[in-house]
Amino acid sequence: MVPAFSPEAAAEIGGPDWLVSRRTAAAERFVAATPPTINDEEWRYSRIGDFQLDDYVPSVRFGDAPMPQIDVEPTAVVRCVNGRVVVVDVDDELVAQGVYVGLLADSPVGQERLGAIADEASDYFTLLNDAFTDSPLLIDVPNGVVVDRPIVVTHHASGDRGATFPRLVIRVGENAQASVMDLHTSEPDELIFMCPLVELDAAAGGRLGYLKVQQQGNRTWQFGSVVSRAGRDATISAATAAFGGEYSRTRADTRLAGRGAHGDLLAVYFGDDAQTLDFRTYQDHQAPDTTSNLLYKGVVAGEARSIYTGLIRVGPDARGTNAFQTNRNLKLGPDAWAESVPKLEIENNDVKCSHASTVSPIDEEQQFYLESRGVPTGDAQRLIVAGFLAEVLESIPVAAAAPGLRLAIADKLARQSLVGVEQ
Amino acid sequence: MSSLVIEGLRAAVDGQEILSGVDLEVRSGEVHAVMGPNGSGKSTLSHVLAGRPGYEVLAGSVRIDDQELLGLPTWKRAEAGLFLAMQYPTEVPGVSLRDLLTASVRTSSNPDEVAELMRAEAERIGFGARFLERPLNVDLSGGEKKRNETLQLGVLRPAFAVLDELDSGLDVDALRMVSRRVEEATEEGGLGVLAITHYSRLFDELRPDVVHVFADGRIQETGGPNLARELEDTGYERWVKAPAPATASKGLPDDPFADPLA
Repeated sequence: MVPAFSPEAAAEIGGPDWLVSRRTAAAERFVAATPPTINDEEWRYSRIGDFQLDDYVPSVRFGDAPMPQIDVEPTAVVRCVNGRVVVVDVDDELVAQGVYVGLLADSPVGQERLGAIADEASDYFTLLNDAFTDSPLLIDVPNGVVVDRPIVVTHHASGDRGATFPRLVIRVGENAQASVMDLHTSEPDELIFMCPLVELDAAAGGRLGYLKVQQQGNRTWQFGSVVSRAGRDATISAATAAFGGEYSRTRADTRLAGRGAHGDLLAVYFGDDAQTLDFRTYQDHQAPDTTSNLLYKGVVAGEARSIYTGLIRVGPDARGTNAFQTNRNLKLGPDAWAESVPKLEIENNDVKCSHASTVSPIDEEQQFYLESRGVPTGDAQRLIVAGFLAEVLESIPVAAAAPGLRLAIADKLARQSLVGVEQ
Repeated sequence: MSSLVIEGLRAAVDGQEILSGVDLEVRSGEVHAVMGPNGSGKSTLSHVLAGRPGYEVLAGSVRIDDQELLGLPTWKRAEAGLFLAMQYPTEVPGVSLRDLLTASVRTSSNPDEVAELMRAEAERIGFGARFLERPLNVDLSGGEKKRNETLQLGVLRPAFAVLDELDSGLDVDALRMVSRRVEEATEEGGLGVLAITHYSRLFDELRPDVVHVFADGRIQETGGPNLARELEDTGYERWVKAPAPATASKGLPDDPFADPLA
């Protein structure tokens, strides 16, 4: 029998020859790579030590998947279960505009697009995705085309000890525009491994919005990456909303590669029970006059942990950079834990950079104010927490997803017995 | 007819006694002015009544009719009918006035009327409708914050309102509308008012029945409305103890960061 994550197993996944050889090459590099450990600076505070790839095999089971909550009719929907496409539904109008939404392997530009952004930022888990992704997806928007309604992609995983490797490549051409909501879910109570990799590419003057919503089951482990590149005067707005999973790590790697490129990087997260939500961000300013604005806000309750580690890197050519990084955490209860580590690495003098991070309990004065109007303690705390996260929801790239995210936050809040926080 | 009764109230902050025996009774429809110099403890009185964290009650009782308030959580005091208009209303990002007022136990019997009440109250005090959906007190001017407090008083219809320096930060027009609104609440709904202030300008529209001079952590003198005007002329000098001579700076330079070699 072929070992589950060997080059031989990678070679058996179907597709065009170029894709098969790409997978096999990645698998060979993967088996030769040294697995990360907690001793690597990158993986400090992570739970990499508790993860065993051998616990999993690639998922094959098919089934149904939850639909995302979104307040407008999407212009295209692609739904995947255990890494395989089960639904592709694209408006005729979109097809007529030359927009491609579907299996990357079926697109004439698929080979060119796959890895174009992520290969420059590969690590242990992006290699694993490269080697074992079953059905990579491509959203490709031609130059000058504006897609006004959101495109929705869903990935659902099921089956105890199943592993899936979702891959999504999104490119907007010059002066093109699109926004994509990407929902990741998995069955509760099953041990599941998800290893998603997203590539975002905005060509000159393009505008790309991407919202990933992570609502995985309580025993899902995720090691995921979102790797972006913004070209000249392009804007990428990349947001993550993370609520699920047992251990969920998301690396967001944003390269501002063209002069005047801009990145808005957002996250809202809420961990409870024994969840660990782990974020690692890079704002990589490579070109002059580039700007980036990062705002990550999260809540930890119960025995949950969150980790934020962020690096702003300004290259020697990136004069006139403006880069901001803010991470704020609310800690509900004595057993919750949040760590925040912002960093700067600057090789040019003509820049404006700042970072700020906080970990704090619910503000006593805010709580007193609401209570003094007759709002019961627990309700006051729920209002304050939802209000704290609202700042991020107001600026997410797929605005029609905000009401659904508010409900997800309200569900999380309803599970907390907050009155004890008073102490 | 209800009454707010404060008896023998003593309270401390960081182990230091700030209220040293306050006795006061406000009945429905009455307006009591509590006037005193800065640092006399009059704001502390308002905080202790509402149950703000950080204050230690040493002795005494605060009741609305037969219900003891001390020891109750803040929201239960509001449920019992107490309202505090704060001197520095707290900013609460992401929470709108509507969110707040619909979540209050005082509107739980008529949640559908909250929006309508808010509009009506806003109009009465010249508070722009655009503020109703904005996050609480965020980016509001001093005057807008006080209008916001007054609007909430109008919607929540408490039995007793403690107004902590409601007049500070208000321009003349806003002061008139806000104080008139409170006066109307005393007439229409029998609101009892404990108005804490430094100046008498609040009382041009809001007519006090009783004026208390507050200094050194307790009420020093009680009189009729004329006492407020008298205080405006004479100040609080005769109730303020001469400040203790400074001893802490003995042997130290005035500026601890000054260059010792200069």
